[in-house]
Amino acid sequence: MSSQDIPEENLPAEQGAAHDAAHGGGTAVAERHDDPFADPGLPAHKPRIQDIDERAAKRSERAVAFMFTLSMLATIGFIAAFVIFPVDKIVYIWPFGHISALNFSLGVTLGLALFCIGAGAVHWARTLMSDVEVADDRHAIEAEPEVKAKVMADFADGARESAIGRRKLIRNTMFGALAMVPLSGVVLLRELGPLPEDKLRKTLWAKGKQLINMNTNEPLRPEDVSVGSLTFVMPEGLKESDHNFNTEIAKAAVMIVRLQPEDIKDKRELEWSHDGIVAYSKICTHVGCPISLYEQQTHHVLCPCHQSTFDLSDGARVIFGPAGHPLPQLRIGVNAEGNLEALGDFEEPVGPAFWERG
Amino acid sequence: MKKLSARRRHPLAAVVVLLLALAATGGLYAAFAPADKAQADTTAQSLAIKEGQKLYTVGCASCHGTGGQGTSDGPSLVGVGSAAVDFQVGTGRMPAQQPGAQVPKKKNIYTQAEIDQLAAYVASLGAGPITPTEKQYSPEGADIAKGGELFRNNCAQCHNFTGEGGALTEGKYAPSLEGVSPKHLYEAMQTGPQNMPSFPDTTMPEQQKRDIIAYVKTVNGEDTPTPGGFALGGLGPVSEGLFGWIFGLGSLIAVAIWVAAHTAKAKKS
Repeated sequence: MSSQDIPEENLPAEQGAAHDAAHGGGTAVAERHDDPFADPGLPAHKPRIQDIDERAAKRSERAVAFMFTLSMLATIGFIAAFVIFPVDKIVYIWPFGHISALNFSLGVTLGLALFCIGAGAVHWARTLMSDVEVADDRHAIEAEPEVKAKVMADFADGARESAIGRRKLIRNTMFGALAMVPLSGVVLLRELGPLPEDKLRKTLWAKGKQLINMNTNEPLRPEDVSVGSLTFVMPEGLKESDHNFNTEIAKAAVMIVRLQPEDIKDKRELEWSHDGIVAYSKICTHVGCPISLYEQQTHHVLCPCHQSTFDLSDGARVIFGPAGHPLPQLRIGVNAEGNLEALGDFEEPVGPAFWERG
Repeated sequence: MKKLSARRRHPLAAVVVLLLALAATGGLYAAFAPADKAQADTTAQSLAIKEGQKLYTVGCASCHGTGGQGTSDGPSLVGVGSAAVDFQVGTGRMPAQQPGAQVPKKKNIYTQAEIDQLAAYVASLGAGPITPTEKQYSPEGADIAKGGELFRNNCAQCHNFTGEGGALTEGKYAPSLEGVSPKHLYEAMQTGPQNMPSFPDTTMPEQQKRDIIAYVKTVNGEDTPTPGGFALGGLGPVSEGLFGWIFGLGSLIAVAIWVAAHTAKAKKS
């Protein structure tokens, strides 16, 4: 293989010559008709039926007008449907099933109104508007030298007339003012704070706080919790009507499950449990999703967001997924009234890791 | 007594003795009749247990052991109670077709009477949750809004917020609650079948279970309206987005191609 294999007329120099020849005269094109790079020029313009037949053009005009009229009617239908149908009216329409009459009619009429405008415009452009091919050559982006000279002269005039070079006091204070203005935006960033301080490390749980069953709002007793059951609790004193309920429960949510004590593999978990009852944070340590997809036979808890899986029989160890820490365990016991109570706050921050977590 | 003794060979003596004997028998019968009736009831119960044991031996013993003690193929049934049997057999999950990650729901091949007999037998092995009565599980007059709150707190994490079901680990899944009868919903909460945790009356009172059933029947019942048209699995933005991208955008592309593929020229080339 060598340059010998390339036909000579396809080399750039030859190609340029062929191009010039094509523009030069018809004979050159005839001679070089096998040149694959020759500019074929625009194909001959072919007329449409509407360009030739006035009746066909009229038909197209009527079709476009029909679609625009249909769009107007659909819009009137939209307004009528909005007025007529009450918001809770349910009708049966095959194949949608039991569907809101208002939703359905608004959707159909608005869709028809918009579609008909588009379809009419496309039909108009394709059949009636001029379809003669036009070539438009590119031009240089750079401005003409006279225009550039004029702009520079105008600028110099402006600088001289405003005397910005001479009145230095005005110039400097103006620069100062312009430099200061963005500071107001920077100051507003302060509203992103204040810093969380120890809020990421502390929850409402504290020594002696009873475990309140979130279903019944009653303190939970150990005999209420059977093996294989799942119960959610919140700290005593927190009310669903509290203005900060969501903030607090987002950190303090706890799930209670009961295992056979001999099934608990982790020594600390057994120590912190009461009679096989263990309390774990419901907040995933990955990005903080509420996590309570508990499988009572395997004792696995699955996070629905990224499939992190924790083994509740082994200190909530991460056995799958992106979570970096086991779920924090709440140390529990029983108070004098026989109710379950916390023996302190979580020993580690609940939820996802953060920069200063350590 | 001498007088009586002297007349013992009197021709009417046999008649008198017979009358006395009849009276005594009648009296005894009258005295013991209610006790007899009670005995008849326990007989019916023991008959059900007996029939249930026969069904158990045929359908269940190969995995759960001859006495319900469990084997390596199936858990012990001691103490699971009649509610668990009614749920597992009533929804066709048991007898299981094959081992696997999870035993699926299938066509139930037992009559309700047979299920009751099986349940009576299994309940006789050890005390457990009892099959609920209609009064316990009927959603009539229950608090739907409260049920929704309870459902979202206790059930939605696995079963989706409208009970459409969802995936768990290693091939296990939380089944869809569509078309599940109120009784079976109640029993599932009560007993915690397979990997589902249980929600016993001590932590979730009976009334709350009824509220939850009422909520499920409202948002995922046969006549539940879908105001926006197709529910698309009720999964939220994932399936809706997929539908929009494939069918919405797809039909727009199809229209654009159709428009471009049809020339407006008089002479087709």
